[in-house]
Amino acid sequence: MTSISLPKILGGGLTPWKRRAIFLAVGFVLVVVMPASLSGFRLALLGKYLCFAIIAIGIDLAWGYGGMLTIGQGLFFGLGGYSMGMFLKLQEAGPGNLPDFMVWSGVETLPGLWKPFASPVFALAGAVLIPMVVAAALGALIFRRRVRGAYFAILTQALTLAFAILLVGQQGITGGTNGLTNVTTFVGYDLNDPVNQRSLYVLIAVCLGLVYLLGRQIVQSRYGRVLMAVRDREDRVRFLGYNPTTIKIIAFSISAGMAGLAGALFVPIVGIISPAMVGIVPSIEMVIWVALGGRGTLIGAVIGAVLVNYAKTTLSEAYPSGWLYFQGLLFVVVMAFAPRGIAGLWRMYNERFRSKKAVPSSEQMHQQPAEVTT
Amino acid sequence: MDAFLGQVFTGLSVGSVLILIALGLTFTFGQMGVINMAHGEFIMAGAYTAYMLQDLLGRDISLLVALPIAFGIAGVMGLLLEFLLIRRLYGRPLDTLLVTWGVSLMLQQLARDLFGAPNVQVSAPEWLGGSLHAGGASFSYSRIFIMGLVVVCVVGIWLFLTRLPQGARMRAVMQNRQLASCSGLKTHSIDRLTFFIGSGLAGLAGVALTLLGSTGPTLGTNYIVDAFLVVVVGGLGQLKGAVIAAIGLGLINSFVEFNTEASIAKVAVFITIVAFLQVRPQGLFVLKSRGLA
Repeated sequence: MTSISLPKILGGGLTPWKRRAIFLAVGFVLVVVMPASLSGFRLALLGKYLCFAIIAIGIDLAWGYGGMLTIGQGLFFGLGGYSMGMFLKLQEAGPGNLPDFMVWSGVETLPGLWKPFASPVFALAGAVLIPMVVAAALGALIFRRRVRGAYFAILTQALTLAFAILLVGQQGITGGTNGLTNVTTFVGYDLNDPVNQRSLYVLIAVCLGLVYLLGRQIVQSRYGRVLMAVRDREDRVRFLGYNPTTIKIIAFSISAGMAGLAGALFVPIVGIISPAMVGIVPSIEMVIWVALGGRGTLIGAVIGAVLVNYAKTTLSEAYPSGWLYFQGLLFVVVMAFAPRGIAGLWRMYNERFRSKKAVPSSEQMHQQPAEVTT
Repeated sequence: MDAFLGQVFTGLSVGSVLILIALGLTFTFGQMGVINMAHGEFIMAGAYTAYMLQDLLGRDISLLVALPIAFGIAGVMGLLLEFLLIRRLYGRPLDTLLVTWGVSLMLQQLARDLFGAPNVQVSAPEWLGGSLHAGGASFSYSRIFIMGLVVVCVVGIWLFLTRLPQGARMRAVMQNRQLASCSGLKTHSIDRLTFFIGSGLAGLAGVALTLLGSTGPTLGTNYIVDAFLVVVVGGLGQLKGAVIAAIGLGLINSFVEFNTEASIAKVAVFITIVAFLQVRPQGLFVLKSRGLA
């Protein structure tokens, strides 16, 4: 679509060595400095933000690189979170016993849906694989018929809404509106113990690093290039002999798997998963993290997720109703006036002031072809 | 039998409100490629208009007065939104979705600050109390009133589109914007007219919804997703499609809900729609064009 060279898109004007150094430095700060300097409460918050950053990388793959606006990431996050939550609740109750909320709502035998989640292998693999399979199935049904763009967004949103309503409605199986609460142990470790909390945080940070590296591998591979081509002009890619359906299903499914992983990590560190974290409102919030950070750059997605959530915690502690105005304004300002987000501003700065070579304009990079048939 | 009739009746009345909501969406989406998530808040504005007029005028006449006023208020809100934001975003449908979602968040919070977070109740006028008994089932007058209102609106829109020059221009822009523009139509002012009418209809839907339940800041969010599904199933910019899809959705919802429960009904509706899209990916009715996309 435009003539920007690939490294330029990906690197934001830094040499590979500089980029590696920054990656290691950030990793060092997150894994070593933060646990040593933050209180347990703040560290858990940061851990939560990092989980969200994992989701954001997934959304960026699907939306920023693949052009599929998914407003259903809450669904996959929820599937991962509930898989993990079910396993942890069963662990806590001990073999043969029912989780506490089932006793309260009068359920007498363990529902069949819960049984496989007693096995740690099934629960952990399921947290990532179930969202991937659901996404692949949904993607196959939708993309195969060339339903795309806004239709895809609306459908993912509708499915997420249906899932959230289902979770609330099936109280006996899912814990209803409250969700799965009071998760206090993680494979035998007490989660209230600060040492265990720290190790859990480090696990999350390491997972984020791995997901980031995986994301980079994907977008720099040949597959990643075709994915971006599909984003820009799907019909041309089809004429070249590729099958855009498969390409999109793969990206969507990977992005769902990342959200599932984030859900599985989120439950032990936050201690709860409920329909309120799964519905359409959080799902759209997730998209704005990526939009603010800069879609089409993985690092932008991470920065956006951490920044927005940090702002949310700070601002909503201070002004509960102000936060909603602020969040609404954030959507409007970012999307209408700075659609490339923070990463876009950084790139603009690089192009204007630092690069000595003339760089072709990349204004058009994210313009989508108009939906209106002409 | 009476239970069956009752479900059909409920399905029809819910479906008819969905028609009003979806009509505005399908026109703005079909004509301008704008996905307006703040449409739900125009519904809310209509409902709160009815609530305020009730205090001012008393419940017997307020409903009738509220209809035109809600249409005007929601319409002007739509115009403002178009003027301030949406015209910067033409050709970027996915971005309009996110921007208007932000607007919707702010409007909801505004409603919370103005009217309070708890739901408010608009009581139906006395002449709509009670219900009609026929065939062993009872049909409440307020739901019959809603259906009548929707029939009037749909016929009105249809006449507007087919008989008036403004309607013909709207159809022209919807079918081929560039050609319409080349032929000398001021496409932008036609866009504004579409936006005004579409948003106004949402305001009417809001007044109608006060007869069915209580009014709160999240009233719009409860209907917006269903309304978008109606647009997807009906086809872009299609009056006929929106009517059929909305009624179908209302009926499926009410029957599944009756036989199982509300949470299953949503999933069933979704599965039906995805299955339907396998057969007709572009919806019930398609605007024929030679475009590639």
